[in-house]
Amino acid sequence: MPGQTNADVKLNLEGLLCPIPIVKVSQAIKTMEVGKVLEATATDPGVLADIPAWTKSTGNELISIERDGKLIRFHIKKVK
Amino acid sequence: MAKEDGVTIIVFSGDMDKVMAAFNIAIGAAAAGKETNMFFTFWGIKAIQKGNLTGQGFFGRMMGLLNRGGINTIGPSRFNFWGIGRWMFKQMMKSHKITPLEELRQTAIDLGVKLLPCEMSMQVMEIKAEHLIDEAEESCGVATMLEKAFHSKMTLFV
Repeated sequence: MPGQTNADVKLNLEGLLCPIPIVKVSQAIKTMEVGKVLEATATDPGVLADIPAWTKSTGNELISIERDGKLIRFHIKKVK
Repeated sequence: MAKEDGVTIIVFSGDMDKVMAAFNIAIGAAAAGKETNMFFTFWGIKAIQKGNLTGQGFFGRMMGLLNRGGINTIGPSRFNFWGIGRWMFKQMMKSHKITPLEELRQTAIDLGVKLLPCEMSMQVMEIKAEHLIDEAEESCGVATMLEKAFHSKMTLFV
Protein backbone atom coordinates (compact mmCIF):
# COMPACT_ATOMS: atom_id res chain seq x y z
CA MET A 1 0.00 0.00 0.00
CA PRO A 2 1.48 3.38 -0.96
CA GLY A 3 2.30 5.84 1.79
CA GLN A 4 1.47 3.74 4.84
CA THR A 5 0.32 6.11 7.58
CA ASN A 6 0.73 5.46 11.26
CA ALA A 7 -2.46 6.27 13.08
CA ASP A 8 -2.69 7.54 16.65
CA VAL A 9 -6.40 6.94 16.94
CA LYS A 10 -8.51 4.34 15.15
CA LEU A 11 -12.21 4.54 14.50
CA ASN A 12 -14.63 1.99 13.10
CA LEU A 13 -17.52 3.58 11.21
CA GLU A 14 -18.56 0.50 9.30
CA GLY A 15 -22.31 0.18 8.81
CA LEU A 16 -23.00 3.76 9.89
CA LEU A 17 -24.83 6.16 7.61
CA CYS A 18 -24.99 9.92 7.19
CA PRO A 19 -24.68 12.00 9.33
CA ILE A 20 -23.24 9.68 11.99
CA PRO A 21 -19.76 9.11 10.45
CA ILE A 22 -19.16 12.89 10.47
CA VAL A 23 -20.37 13.12 14.05
CA LYS A 24 -18.04 10.34 15.22
CA VAL A 25 -15.09 11.80 13.32
CA SER A 26 -15.64 15.26 14.79
CA GLN A 27 -15.96 13.81 18.29
CA ALA A 28 -12.78 11.76 17.88
CA ILE A 29 -10.82 14.70 16.47
CA LYS A 30 -11.99 16.86 19.39
CA THR A 31 -10.31 14.54 21.90
CA MET A 32 -7.02 14.40 19.96
CA GLU A 33 -3.98 16.64 20.14
CA VAL A 34 -2.93 18.79 17.20
CA GLY A 35 -0.68 16.85 14.82
CA LYS A 36 -2.14 13.44 15.69
CA VAL A 37 -3.59 11.23 12.98
CA LEU A 38 -6.97 9.53 12.94
CA GLU A 39 -7.54 6.41 10.90
CA ALA A 40 -11.10 5.35 10.19
CA THR A 41 -12.87 2.69 8.19
CA ALA A 42 -16.38 3.12 6.82
CA THR A 43 -18.81 1.44 4.45
CA ASP A 44 -21.14 4.33 3.58
CA PRO A 45 -20.15 5.52 0.05
CA GLY A 46 -21.32 9.01 1.05
CA VAL A 47 -18.18 9.23 3.17
CA LEU A 48 -16.08 9.54 -0.02
CA ALA A 49 -17.52 13.00 -0.60
CA ASP A 50 -18.34 13.95 2.97
CA ILE A 51 -14.98 13.41 4.63
CA PRO A 52 -13.08 15.66 2.17
CA ALA A 53 -15.84 18.26 2.57
CA TRP A 54 -15.71 18.04 6.35
CA THR A 55 -11.93 18.43 6.50
CA LYS A 56 -12.22 21.41 4.16
CA SER A 57 -14.80 23.17 6.32
CA THR A 58 -13.02 22.44 9.60
CA GLY A 59 -9.48 23.10 8.38
CA ASN A 60 -8.11 19.65 9.20
CA GLU A 61 -5.88 17.76 6.81
CA LEU A 62 -7.09 14.78 4.85
CA ILE A 63 -4.00 12.66 4.34
CA SER A 64 -5.63 9.90 2.34
CA ILE A 65 -8.95 8.35 1.48
CA GLU A 66 -9.07 5.03 -0.31
CA ARG A 67 -11.75 2.62 -1.32
CA ASP A 68 -11.07 -1.07 -1.26
CA GLY A 69 -14.18 -2.87 -2.40
CA LYS A 70 -16.89 -1.94 0.08
CA LEU A 71 -14.46 -0.66 2.66
CA ILE A 72 -13.37 2.95 2.74
CA ARG A 73 -10.29 3.87 4.74
CA PHE A 74 -9.17 7.41 5.46
CA HIS A 75 -6.60 9.31 7.48
CA ILE A 76 -7.11 12.75 8.94
CA LYS A 77 -4.42 14.82 10.64
CA LYS A 78 -5.68 17.22 13.27
CA VAL A 79 -4.53 20.71 12.34
CA LYS A 80 -6.70 22.73 14.73
CA MET B 1 -19.40 37.70 20.80
CA ALA B 2 -20.83 34.96 18.70
CA LYS B 3 -18.82 33.54 15.85
CA GLU B 4 -19.89 35.01 12.53
CA ASP B 5 -20.16 31.78 10.62
CA GLY B 6 -22.93 29.94 12.41
CA VAL B 7 -25.96 28.20 10.99
CA THR B 8 -29.58 29.06 11.76
CA ILE B 9 -32.38 26.73 10.77
CA ILE B 10 -36.00 27.77 11.04
CA VAL B 11 -38.12 24.64 11.37
CA PHE B 12 -41.63 25.62 10.32
CA SER B 13 -42.72 22.21 9.11
CA GLY B 14 -43.79 19.47 11.47
CA ASP B 15 -43.40 16.77 8.83
CA MET B 16 -41.14 13.88 9.73
CA ASP B 17 -39.11 14.02 6.52
CA LYS B 18 -38.50 17.76 6.69
CA VAL B 19 -37.68 17.67 10.38
CA MET B 20 -35.25 14.86 9.64
CA ALA B 21 -33.52 16.95 6.96
CA ALA B 22 -33.33 19.90 9.37
CA PHE B 23 -31.72 17.82 12.13
CA ASN B 24 -29.34 16.25 9.64
CA ILE B 25 -28.11 19.64 8.45
CA ALA B 26 -27.87 20.92 12.02
CA ILE B 27 -25.78 17.89 13.02
CA GLY B 28 -23.49 18.32 10.04
CA ALA B 29 -22.98 21.99 10.83
CA ALA B 30 -22.36 21.34 14.52
CA ALA B 31 -19.93 18.53 13.66
CA ALA B 32 -18.04 21.02 11.51
CA GLY B 33 -17.70 23.23 14.58
CA LYS B 34 -20.33 25.79 13.63
CA GLU B 35 -22.57 27.42 16.19
CA THR B 36 -25.96 26.01 15.24
CA ASN B 37 -29.39 27.23 16.27
CA MET B 38 -32.72 25.71 15.36
CA PHE B 39 -35.78 27.88 15.74
CA PHE B 40 -38.99 25.86 15.96
CA THR B 41 -42.12 27.66 14.90
CA PHE B 42 -45.67 26.66 14.07
CA TRP B 43 -45.92 22.96 13.11
CA GLY B 44 -42.22 22.63 13.77
CA ILE B 45 -42.87 22.88 17.51
CA LYS B 46 -44.13 19.28 17.35
CA ALA B 47 -40.56 18.09 16.87
CA ILE B 48 -39.56 19.32 20.34
CA GLN B 49 -42.73 18.38 22.20
CA LYS B 50 -42.79 15.55 24.70
CA GLY B 51 -45.91 14.22 23.01
CA ASN B 52 -48.54 14.58 25.71
CA LEU B 53 -51.91 16.19 25.01
CA THR B 54 -51.98 19.96 25.06
CA GLY B 55 -54.48 22.81 25.05
CA GLN B 56 -56.76 24.47 27.56
CA GLY B 57 -59.71 25.80 25.57
CA PHE B 58 -61.91 23.78 23.22
CA PHE B 59 -59.98 24.66 20.06
CA GLY B 60 -56.67 24.27 21.82
CA ARG B 61 -57.57 20.78 23.01
CA MET B 62 -58.90 19.82 19.57
CA MET B 63 -55.63 20.99 18.11
CA GLY B 64 -53.66 19.04 20.69
CA LEU B 65 -55.60 15.92 19.80
CA LEU B 66 -55.65 16.19 16.00
CA ASN B 67 -52.22 17.69 15.70
CA ARG B 68 -50.48 15.81 18.43
CA GLY B 69 -46.85 16.69 19.00
CA GLY B 70 -43.85 14.49 19.76
CA ILE B 71 -41.03 13.40 17.54
CA ASN B 72 -42.41 9.89 17.16
CA THR B 73 -45.95 10.95 16.25
CA ILE B 74 -45.10 13.16 13.29
CA GLY B 75 -45.63 11.72 9.83
CA PRO B 76 -43.97 12.32 6.47
CA SER B 77 -45.11 15.20 4.22
CA ARG B 78 -46.23 12.73 1.58
CA PHE B 79 -47.71 9.22 1.75
CA ASN B 80 -48.61 9.44 5.39
CA PHE B 81 -52.09 7.87 4.96
CA TRP B 82 -53.16 8.50 8.56
CA GLY B 83 -50.04 7.05 10.05
CA ILE B 84 -49.49 4.03 7.80
CA GLY B 85 -46.85 5.97 5.88
CA ARG B 86 -45.11 6.93 9.08
CA TRP B 87 -44.96 3.30 10.15
CA MET B 88 -43.73 2.27 6.69
CA PHE B 89 -41.03 4.93 6.70
CA LYS B 90 -39.85 3.83 10.14
CA GLN B 91 -39.62 0.23 8.96
CA MET B 92 -37.69 1.24 5.86
CA MET B 93 -35.33 3.43 7.86
CA LYS B 94 -34.75 0.59 10.27
CA SER B 95 -33.99 -1.92 7.50
CA HIS B 96 -31.52 0.51 5.93
CA LYS B 97 -30.03 1.23 9.36
CA ILE B 98 -30.79 4.95 9.17
CA THR B 99 -30.63 6.71 12.53
CA PRO B 100 -34.17 7.17 13.93
CA LEU B 101 -35.42 10.73 14.28
CA GLU B 102 -35.37 10.73 18.06
CA GLU B 103 -31.74 9.66 18.07
CA LEU B 104 -30.91 12.33 15.50
CA ARG B 105 -32.43 14.94 17.77
CA GLN B 106 -30.41 13.63 20.71
CA THR B 107 -27.23 13.71 18.61
CA ALA B 108 -27.93 17.34 17.72
CA ILE B 109 -28.43 18.14 21.41
CA ASP B 110 -25.22 16.32 22.34
CA LEU B 111 -23.31 18.34 19.74
CA GLY B 112 -24.54 21.56 21.30
CA VAL B 113 -27.23 22.51 18.80
CA LYS B 114 -29.61 24.97 20.49
CA LEU B 115 -33.33 24.28 20.16
CA LEU B 116 -35.32 27.51 20.35
CA PRO B 117 -39.13 27.33 20.60
CA CYS B 118 -41.23 30.17 19.18
CA GLU B 119 -43.29 31.80 21.94
CA MET B 120 -46.05 33.04 19.64
CA SER B 121 -46.72 29.61 18.14
CA MET B 122 -46.81 28.09 21.61
CA GLN B 123 -49.42 30.62 22.71
CA VAL B 124 -51.59 30.17 19.63
CA MET B 125 -51.54 26.39 19.89
CA GLU B 126 -51.75 26.45 23.71
CA ILE B 127 -48.53 24.59 24.21
CA LYS B 128 -46.76 25.26 27.49
CA ALA B 129 -43.08 25.10 28.30
CA GLU B 130 -43.64 21.90 30.28
CA HIS B 131 -44.96 20.24 27.11
CA LEU B 132 -41.58 20.69 25.48
CA ILE B 133 -38.58 18.43 25.97
CA ASP B 134 -36.26 19.53 28.78
CA GLU B 135 -33.43 20.29 26.35
CA ALA B 136 -35.43 23.07 24.65
CA GLU B 137 -34.26 26.60 25.42
CA GLU B 138 -36.46 29.38 26.77
CA SER B 139 -39.12 30.35 24.25
CA CYS B 140 -38.32 33.41 22.17
CA GLY B 141 -39.49 35.51 19.25
CA VAL B 142 -38.52 36.70 15.83
CA ALA B 143 -35.92 39.16 17.14
CA THR B 144 -33.94 36.39 18.85
CA MET B 145 -34.08 34.24 15.74
CA LEU B 146 -32.96 37.17 13.55
CA GLU B 147 -30.17 38.09 15.93
CA LYS B 148 -28.84 34.55 15.49
CA ALA B 149 -29.43 34.70 11.74
CA PHE B 150 -27.55 38.01 11.40
CA HIS B 151 -24.50 36.32 12.90
CA SER B 152 -24.90 33.25 10.71
CA LYS B 153 -23.47 32.57 7.32
CA MET B 154 -26.38 30.36 6.43
CA THR B 155 -30.04 30.52 7.36
CA LEU B 156 -32.49 27.90 6.23
CA PHE B 157 -36.25 27.74 6.37
CA VAL B 158 -37.56 24.21 6.44
